[in-house]
Amino acid sequence: MAQNERPLSPHLQIYRLPLSAIISITHRITGVGLAFGALLLVAWLAAAAAGPAWFATASAVLGSIPGRVILFGFTWALFFHLANGIRHLFWDVGIGFDLEDARVSGYVVIGVSLLLAVAAFGLGCAKVAGL
Amino acid sequence: MSGPRDTSLKTQLGRVRGLGSAKEGVVHWWSQRLTALALVPLIFWFAVSLVSLAGAPHGLVVAWIKGPVTAILLITLIGVTFHHLHLGVQVVVEDYVHTEWRKLAIIITVKFASLLAALAGIFAVLRIALGA
Repeated sequence: MAQNERPLSPHLQIYRLPLSAIISITHRITGVGLAFGALLLVAWLAAAAAGPAWFATASAVLGSIPGRVILFGFTWALFFHLANGIRHLFWDVGIGFDLEDARVSGYVVIGVSLLLAVAAFGLGCAKVAGL
Repeated sequence: MSGPRDTSLKTQLGRVRGLGSAKEGVVHWWSQRLTALALVPLIFWFAVSLVSLAGAPHGLVVAWIKGPVTAILLITLIGVTFHHLHLGVQVVVEDYVHTEWRKLAIIITVKFASLLAALAGIFAVLRIALGA
């Protein structure tokens, strides 16, 4: 078979992914993760609709240490997917699509998403603590 | 053009049949972008709202949801979010699941579950907003 003699592209486990590729797959992973985050939002709204007792339970779960870790994960995933989604929308209209611009905007996405996630989560925790 | 396809005895029409419409082929792509665009302001609004509501008791959260602007924006957020996510998950499934019946089963499940979850969320908002 002639096909077997063709060169193979570098395998994922050997090939060092460029930043754009890492961000691209992270966009997917955060997207799928956020689908579960959307379910959490529905559960939270349902708890609020079900009454104070249910809402207190939901608040206790979300306010616990594991709950906060998960919430921070969703917060960062949300801002990452949002920032990178905006990057994609710019690409869709043909802006910033060359390599250098894409590299810079990639770093911007990482920086902005971390900054917004820490800021939002920090402010939220400060409010909960009554600061 | 190269590869084994060139030697296929199939007609050009035969090759593309079953791969989807040529006229509405961009509907998925377009819906994904439009919902993304709508979600940009909605998510910023929602994030700011959630931060200001952090640690709020039930009464305060209910009062917030009861506001007409909040209720409408929340319903919009839920609808657009689930529409956007079901389109996105569909692409992921299409990329990684290669057994046809399994792919179809997962996509249908995701679509039905998304609709159901969206309706549950909207119902919860309406129940609070319209309730006594």
